[in-house]
Amino acid sequence: MSKNLVVRFAGEGGQGVVGGSELMASAAAESGYHVLTFATYPSQIKGGPAWGQARISSEPILTPGDSLDVLVCQNEYAYDANLPELSDQGIIVYNSQEFEIEHPRALALPTDDMAREAGNARAGTIVMIGAVAKAVGFSLEALESFITARWDRGRPGDAAIIEGNIKALHLGATAADESGFEIAQVDPPVEEPDARERILIRGYEAACLGAMAAGVDVFIGYPISPATTMLTYMESNLNGDGKFVGQASSEIESIAALIGAGFTGKKTMTSTAGPGLSLMGEGLGLAWMSEIPLVVADVQRGGPATGLPTKTEQSDFIMAMNPGHGDMSLPVIAPGNVEEAFWATAKAVNWSERYQGPVILLTEMSVAERAQDIERPDTSLISQESRSISDGSVENRRYEGEGVSPFPVPGGPGAYVANGSEHDEQGDTTHLADVHIQMTERRFAKLKTLNDGTFEAENPTASIAIMPWGGSKGSGRGAWQELTSEGIDIGWYYTMYLNPLPEELLAELRTKDKVLVPELNYMGQFAGHLRQLGVAAETINQYTGLPWRISDLKEEIKGHLS
Amino acid sequence: MAKRNPSYDFTWCPGCGDFGVKRAIERALTARASEKQEPIENSVIVAGIGCSGNLVHLQEGPQPFGIHGIHGRTLPIAYGTKSANPDLNVLVVSGDGDFLSIGSEHIAPQARRNLDITVVVMDNGIYGLTKGQASPTTDLEEITPTTKYGKLDDRMNPLMVYLGGGARFIISELSTRIRPLQQAIEDAMNYPGFSIVHVQSPCTTYNDTYAALKGDEANGIKALAQPIADSHDASDYFQALALAAQPGVPVGVLYKADNSVPAHDRLTQAKQKAGIASTDIEKLFDGMVI
Ligand SMILES: Cc1ncc(C[n+]2csc(CCOP(=O)(O)OP(=O)(O)O)c2C)c(N)n1
Ligand code: SF4
Ligand SMILES: [Mg+2]
Repeated sequence: MSKNLVVRFAGEGGQGVVGGSELMASAAAESGYHVLTFATYPSQIKGGPAWGQARISSEPILTPGDSLDVLVCQNEYAYDANLPELSDQGIIVYNSQEFEIEHPRALALPTDDMAREAGNARAGTIVMIGAVAKAVGFSLEALESFITARWDRGRPGDAAIIEGNIKALHLGATAADESGFEIAQVDPPVEEPDARERILIRGYEAACLGAMAAGVDVFIGYPISPATTMLTYMESNLNGDGKFVGQASSEIESIAALIGAGFTGKKTMTSTAGPGLSLMGEGLGLAWMSEIPLVVADVQRGGPATGLPTKTEQSDFIMAMNPGHGDMSLPVIAPGNVEEAFWATAKAVNWSERYQGPVILLTEMSVAERAQDIERPDTSLISQESRSISDGSVENRRYEGEGVSPFPVPGGPGAYVANGSEHDEQGDTTHLADVHIQMTERRFAKLKTLNDGTFEAENPTASIAIMPWGGSKGSGRGAWQELTSEGIDIGWYYTMYLNPLPEELLAELRTKDKVLVPELNYMGQFAGHLRQLGVAAETINQYTGLPWRISDLKEEIKGHLS
Repeated sequence: MAKRNPSYDFTWCPGCGDFGVKRAIERALTARASEKQEPIENSVIVAGIGCSGNLVHLQEGPQPFGIHGIHGRTLPIAYGTKSANPDLNVLVVSGDGDFLSIGSEHIAPQARRNLDITVVVMDNGIYGLTKGQASPTTDLEEITPTTKYGKLDDRMNPLMVYLGGGARFIISELSTRIRPLQQAIEDAMNYPGFSIVHVQSPCTTYNDTYAALKGDEANGIKALAQPIADSHDASDYFQALALAAQPGVPVGVLYKADNSVPAHDRLTQAKQKAGIASTDIEKLFDGMVI
C-alpha cells in the first residue's frame, strides 16, 4: 500500500488529457480521497504537447507530486517526453493504435476500437481511465456514478452517452485485469469525523469567492492566460443590485475603469497576467496617487513579453510591488495554495478599502488552475471592511491630514478632484515642494494600517531557515518536513503578506545567519527584496516553467546548508 | 470660485479657446442640476491631460466631482464610473491629442457599448501643454517642432472617426459660440447614449485658427466654419457621413441616431430576460461539496 498515487494523462491539446485527469480526481474526491490536479498545455487550441495529472492521496497534499505512478500516453511524443518522470514501479497505459513501444510495464490498449465497441467513439480516454482504476484498485462504482452525474445534462442522447462511457470504463478495466499488471494500491481514505464539509475547488474559484465574500462590486478585465478564468467566473457568478462585470478592450482600459468605478465608492477588482500588469503600470500609479481602492490579481506565467503563457513562474514580484514609475510601494498578498487563495483575496479587498489604494493579489498559474479538495471556508470569519464615507464636514478637503481620510462619493457631499498630478488637499494640481513632501509621506503612512499580516514560524531557534513564497509553499514545506525528519536543524517561515511584511517576522528573519528563499525566477526577486530589508537571504531558484519538485528542492537546500 | 484653492498654479494663455468651453460647461451643468432637481455633485467631470483637461480645476461656481487622471484614458475611466453608478452624469473633457492620439483606441469600444456619457473634445489642432507639437488634427504641411518638413501625415477627420466608431450623437461646435455650445452640451447630456461635442477651441499660442474659422467674407476668404443647413437630416447616418467628409468645419448637429438604448439598460434588460438572481456565495460552495 502507498499513501498516494500520481496519474498523468499525456497527449495533445484537444485530446482530453486535462479532462481525463480531472475526471479521475473528481471521482477520487467523491470517494473521500484528497486530490490535487495540475496541467500544462501549449498556447494553442488543438494539438501541441499537453498533459494533465491528478494526485490522489489518503493524506493532505502539498504538491502535484515528484514522479508518476501511472503514465497514460495518447501518442509517442507523449511517451518519450514523460517517461523520465515515471517512477521505477510505475506503469504505462497507451493507445496502441497510435504507436508501439517496448516497455516491460506497458499496457497496450487499442482504445479507438474499444471506444467504438463501447458505442461511443469519443470514449477513448474513459477506456484508459477504466484500465488505470483497475490497476490501482480504485472503485469502479465511484467512477460510474460520477460519469452518470457528469453526463446527465437533461439533453436527449445523455443516456446513450452515459451507457457508452460506462461500457468503455469496464472494457478498460477488464483489459487491465487480464494484463496482470500490478501497482502499489493507494491506502483507503481516512475518515475525519469532526472536520467541516469538504469541497473540490480550483484556485481561481477560491480567489473569486474570497473577493465576493469581502463584498466586491465591480469586476472588469481583459482575457489573458492564465487569468481569464477569473474574469469568466465573475461574469457568470457576480450578480445582484449594484454589481457589474465587464470586458474591457485592454488592460489599460481595465485598470482605468476600476479607478473610475472605485471613485464612486464601489469595491473593484480585475485579474490579469504579466503582460497586462505591465500595461497597468501607469494606471496603478494613478490609483496610488489619487487614493482609489482596487485589487489586481496577477496570475503569473512565464515572462517577459508574451513569455510562456501557459506555464507557471514567480517572476512578477518586483513589478507587483513597483508596477509603475515614481515613489510607490503597492501592498502584495501572495496565496500559497487553493485554500489560501480564498482568504488572501478577501484580505486584498479589505486592505484596499482600509488604506484606500491599490492592492496586488500575486498568484500564479500553478495555484490558480489547480483543483484541490479543501475545507469549506467559513465565510462568517470574514469581516467586510469598507472605506469610511465623507459626511461633508471637511467639505472638499479630501486629502486632508497625514493618513487615511473619509472618502467623498459622487452624488454626496465633498466634491473634489481625484487627481493623478501632485495635488493639494482638495485635489487641485500643485508643484509646491512642501505639498509634494507632505502628500508623498501621507501616501506611505497609510501603509502602516496594513499591520495585521500573519505568518508561520517553526523551529525558530535554528540559525538557518527556509522561507518560500506563493505557490512554492507546498514544495518548500515538503522539503522542510523531510529535512527536519532527517535531523537537520532548519527553521520554517512563511507568510502571504509580502508587502508590507509583518514586522515581527522581519525582525526574526534579521536574526538569522541565512534565510533560504526558493522561488521560480532567475533573478531571485524576493530574496533580493529581503536583502534590501537587511535579511541575509539567499536565493534557491528554478526557471523551467514548472513548479518545484520536493526532491529537487531538498537537494538544493542541502547545498546551501554549509 | 468660492472654494477654489488660491495656490492652484495653472492658467490658460489669454484668448485660449478653452475659456469659452469652460463657461459653457459651467452653465450646462448648473442648468442641468436645476432642471433635473439634482445636486451638482451628481455630475462627474473626467478630464484628460493637456491644457484642456485643466478645465476640471478651473470650474467656477457650484462644484461637480472630478477625476483628473492620466493622458489618454478619459473614456475607460468614464466607463468604470458610469457602469458602477449609472445614476451619475458623466462628462468627459479632453484635447485632440488626449482623445484622438493616445486615447483613440478607446473611442470605438465605448461608442459601441453605447456608454451613456457625454464627451467634450477641445480641438486646437496641436499639443498645447507640451508646447506645440503636431496632433492628429494638425493640418497637412504645417511646420511644428516635430514636423520639421511640414506635417507629412494626413489630417485626421475626427467626425468621420466618431461616425465610424459608432457614436450615436455627434455635434460640431465652436468655443466662441458659448450659448449654442452650452445648449449642445445639455442636449448631449440628456441623450441616452454615447454623445460627443467636438469643439474647435483655438490655441492662441501655438495654433491660432480664430481667423480661419471665421473667414473674411469682405476679402473673399471663406469661413472654415459653416453652419449645418436646415435641410440636413441628422438622423440619417449616410447624410451625416457625406457632410462629415466635406472639407471645413460643419457647425451644429451632425448626427443623432433615433434609437439609442444605453449600455446599462442593455445589461439590465439582458439580465432580466435571462432571469439572473443575486449571487449567493453559500450556494456556489454547495455546488462544490464533495
Ligand atoms: C503617457 C504620457 N505621454 C505623454 C505625456 C505628455 N503630454 C501631456 S499633455 C500632451 C498632449 C496634449 O495635447 P492635447 O490633448 O491636444 O491637449 P491641449 O494641451 O492641446 O489642450 C502630452 C503628449 C503624458 N502626460 N503622458
Ligand atoms: S498653450 Fe494653447 S491651448 Fe494651452 S493654454 Fe495656451 S492657448 Fe490654450
Ligand atoms: Mg490640443
